[in-house]
Order: sequence, then C-alpha cells, then structure tokens
Amino acid sequence: MGKTTAEKIFDAHLVNEPFPGTKVLRLDAVLCHEITTPIAIDDLIRRGKDRVFDPTKIKAVIDHVTPSKDTKTATQAKILRDWARRHGIKDFFDIGANGVCHALFPERGFIRPGYTVIMGDSHTCTHGAFGAFAAGIGTTDLEVGILKGVCAFRQPKTIKFNVNGTLPKGVYAKDVILHIIGKIGVNGATDRVMEFHGATIDGMTMESRMTLCNMAIEAGGTSGICQPDMTTVDYLWPFIQGEFASKEAALADYSQWRADADAEYDQTIEIDVAVLEPTITFGYKPDQVKTVSEMAGTPLDQIYIGSCTNGRIEDLRIAAGILKGHKLAPNVRGILSPATPKVQQQAMHEGLIDIFMEAGFCVTNPTCGACLGMSNGVLAEGEVCASTTNRNFMGRMGKGGMVHLMSPATAAASAIEGKIADPRKYL
Amino acid sequence: MKTFGGPVLFLDRSDINTDEIIPAKYLTEITKEDLKPYILEDLKLPGFDPNGPKTKNARVIVSRANFGCGSSREHAPWVFEVNGITAVIAESFARIFRQNMFNCGMAAIELPKADLDLIFSHASDEDATMSIGIEAGTLTMNGGGKQKTFSFEISPFDKALVLAGGWVDYADQKY
Repeated sequence: MGKTTAEKIFDAHLVNEPFPGTKVLRLDAVLCHEITTPIAIDDLIRRGKDRVFDPTKIKAVIDHVTPSKDTKTATQAKILRDWARRHGIKDFFDIGANGVCHALFPERGFIRPGYTVIMGDSHTCTHGAFGAFAAGIGTTDLEVGILKGVCAFRQPKTIKFNVNGTLPKGVYAKDVILHIIGKIGVNGATDRVMEFHGATIDGMTMESRMTLCNMAIEAGGTSGICQPDMTTVDYLWPFIQGEFASKEAALADYSQWRADADAEYDQTIEIDVAVLEPTITFGYKPDQVKTVSEMAGTPLDQIYIGSCTNGRIEDLRIAAGILKGHKLAPNVRGILSPATPKVQQQAMHEGLIDIFMEAGFCVTNPTCGACLGMSNGVLAEGEVCASTTNRNFMGRMGKGGMVHLMSPATAAASAIEGKIADPRKYL
Repeated sequence: MKTFGGPVLFLDRSDINTDEIIPAKYLTEITKEDLKPYILEDLKLPGFDPNGPKTKNARVIVSRANFGCGSSREHAPWVFEVNGITAVIAESFARIFRQNMFNCGMAAIELPKADLDLIFSHASDEDATMSIGIEAGTLTMNGGGKQKTFSFEISPFDKALVLAGGWVDYADQKY
C-alpha cells in the first residue's frame, strides 16, 4: 500500500511512538512570533531550561503588533528579541525586516518539501503549500519544540481533494478554499490533513497554493499539503541552487514526498472549479459562504487587504489591477497591509502602492494587526469589513464588528462601490 | 495531577471558538492570571453571562461539537485554568485546543451526542455537578436529585500528560 505525503513525512521524522497512536516527530523548523513565544520563553526560564535545541532551525519574527503599540506589546517584542540574541538565533526579523510570519518565512526559503514545521499559530498550515507537514500548536508544544526539537502528534488521516477545471474569470485560490470549507464545514477536516491534487492546483503559483493551505485550519485541518513540483522548485531555486546540480535534480529529490498513486485516503473529494463564482462568507463561521451574486450590495465600512492569506505580491497585483483609475467609494475606508517588506517594496517598484494610494487607501507596514483586531484597523461596534483575511469569528476584527471574507479581487471591487461587489465586471 | 469535577457550566452550542473563549486583544497579557476577568467575554448565548455566578463557580464546561476551534492560543485553556475550570466535556474538539488542554494537564473529554443530550438535560438544575475519574475513565452527572455515570476514553498519551501534570518536563526527560 502506498503512502500519502503526510505519512511519508511522519515515517521519515519518527523519533518514537511513546504510546499507541501518538508519534513524536523530529522537527525541521520551529517558527516563533511575539504573541505565543514570550510565555514559552518565560516558562522555560522558570523551569531552569532556557535552552534551544538548534538555533539554526528556529526562526522568529515580531509580526502581530509591530511597531509595538503600548508597553505590553513592547514587552512581548523585547522578550522575543532578547531571547533571539541570547541564543544566537540568526534568523530573527525585527522592525524594518519583519512581516507576517506565514508570508515572510516562505519568502526567505525556510520551508522545503518534506519538512516538519510547527509554530504557535494556527495558520502554520500555510507552509504545507511546499509539500511540508506544517501544523499550528500551542505554547506548551512550542516550548518543547524549542527545547528538544520534537513534537507529538496523532497520525492524521488524509482527505484528498482532486481540484480540476479552469478557474473562471474573477475566481481565485481564495474562492476555491472558501468553497471547500463551505462544502465540508468548519470541522470537516479535524484531525485530518487536506492534501490538494489536480490540474487546477498544478497550475497555481506558490502564492495561490499558500492561500489555499492557509485556510485548512478553518475546516479544522491539521495541515494543508500541496504536491511538490517544478513550481515549488522554481520558487525555492534562489535558496537551493547550491544544493542541487539542476532544477531537474531538485525536482527528482523533492518528488519523494509526493503521495503514492495507491495511497489510502480517509475520503476523496472532487472539486470542479469551472462552476465556481467569487465566494464570500456571510456569518461568523468560515463555512458560512455564499456567491458574490447572493452577497452583492451588502453595505460596508472598511476594506482590508493583507494578511497571511492574501497579502502577497500576487494579491496586490490583482487588487491594484481592479482599483487602477478608481477611487474608494466615499462611505468606506481602505487599508492595505502588504504582508512583508519585500512585497511592499516590490509593490512600490511596480507602481501598485501608487494605485492604492490614489484610490484613497491607507498603506500600513507589514503586520497581522487588524486581522485579529489587535491594531491598525480595528472595527467599531456594528461596523462591517470586506476582508481578504481568514477568520470571520464574532468580534475577530473588533468587538461587535462583522467580517466578510473574500478574495483581493472582490475586496477591490467592493472598495470601488462601497458595498460588496462582483469583481468580474472590472476584469 | 490537577483535580477535576464540580459545578457545571453548560454552553449549548457547537463551534465555540477561541476568540469567544478569550478575545485576541488580551493576548498581550504576559501572565495567565491577568487573563482571568476576560473568560468567554465575547460568547453570546441565551441566558449566558460571562460575569455571572454560574461562570465564576464552574469547574467543568459541557458543550457540543468542535469546541475550541480557531486559534492555537493556549490562552484558551489558561483562562479556564485560572478560573478553576480544569475539564471540558464535548462531542468533539478542535485538534490544537484539545492538545493544549492535555499539554497543560487539563482534560478535554469527548462523549457521544446521546450522552451529552442526557447531560444537557441537567442544564437547568441549579445543583448540577459532575465528578470525573480520569484513571477509571468515568464521569458522573448529578443534579435535580438524579445521577448518571458515563464512561469515556482518552488516548494513553493524553492520560499520561494529565497524570504527569503536563508535557514539558516529561519531554525534557525523554527526548
């Protein structure tokens, strides 16, 4: 019997099985940010265990609230910064170099096919886009990861998604994943890996694959996983060209992590994207989705473009393509938060920042900020936000606020009209 | 090992998420104790008051499917812990929340819907309490002059974490 990608990664990283059903895995990357790591650091110090298993495998960034907004957030940043210095963690990204973790770390080439990756952040599943097993974990698991380079998991079953068809105009990876979550529900993939296959995924950029895998957790998934291919190799090539004689050699090596044709799946779900429309959430759960036709006209107060879901250069290009020559409707405000400094700089070079600013958008530095209601665009009671982020829980972007999740294209069209609008008429 | 059992707080809804358990704006707190006043602050349920006596007195939460979905924040189990709640009983849990509970030496116990329906029939009993035996794998619901015992299973690893009081020292010794 063949194996799924996750099964291959589990087998290759297995340290032991301390109890039936629980596998302890060796970790290739332990990612850290300033919200969930400082408490882990504090606890390690209290236990007399202020050590790290391997400073080269630990990557850290200040991203959730940056630059710090008050004494508490400044203290969190300081704890992380001091710790990174104390332990010689070279890949530490502070103000000026920092961006949203799940955009920044892949952009730096830290995530490779076959890797095991953990972070004290639920959207760690994003990194499965590279053919890695990447899972969000809590502070205690992070602490053990930092200390020993291991993490315990129940071996997840895998759901195979065969995604086929040509994406219609105005339909993107975000619409595909919102549709999938709507189909299987917010716990449709709990204790499952969501393994994405099919011609549509094969044709997607790494950015789009990250958007797709980013929201696996919104269906309860442990990790989203895409199959490593030449697109993966092309993206990673600047970082791996010293390791391989050619791209073909890299592809041959990475292909070992592709699922076997006779792998056994918990479920196989067919998705035909050709029939999809731009998709938007309407309630307080990410599985409450409707088409743009059903949602058009919904009044808005704020447009937010950014986050680990949709703050990458491809997203900014799509949104700017629609916004070009238009202004924000007078009843709404717009916020653009490019996910990393590189994205921001690239967007400046390409003139995208000009387009956003001429439309009337406020452009912030890269940060998680408003996505989870921490800074830079928190909603007031009763306000409604069209957002390219990943979570629409009640109060998520501010107490009493309402969030409609959508693609950057739909967000841009909605910015122009001041209400939820169909992007297809602008394409 | 922590102690388990006592007055029950009934939260009769599926998909109660981590933002409802502890909103993100409080993630800037540095100590667990500082989280205490904000327990379930954003949860809107008929008859539920996050500051009411039922919340304050609770030692056990009973809820429905997919409890703890959303964020990985361990602040969710912590805000329960500092309020004296060490066990959550539900039809199912989100993976990260469930593991965070056990990693802290707390209990996330799954029961079939039919059992939960029987337990929820005590929701209006002022004297509803539950006793929980982790090693025996049984819990007993008391209230309104009635008593019923249910059996449950937790994985051997999770049981070991509860008995050891958490994962850090265990892992540091073994790995």
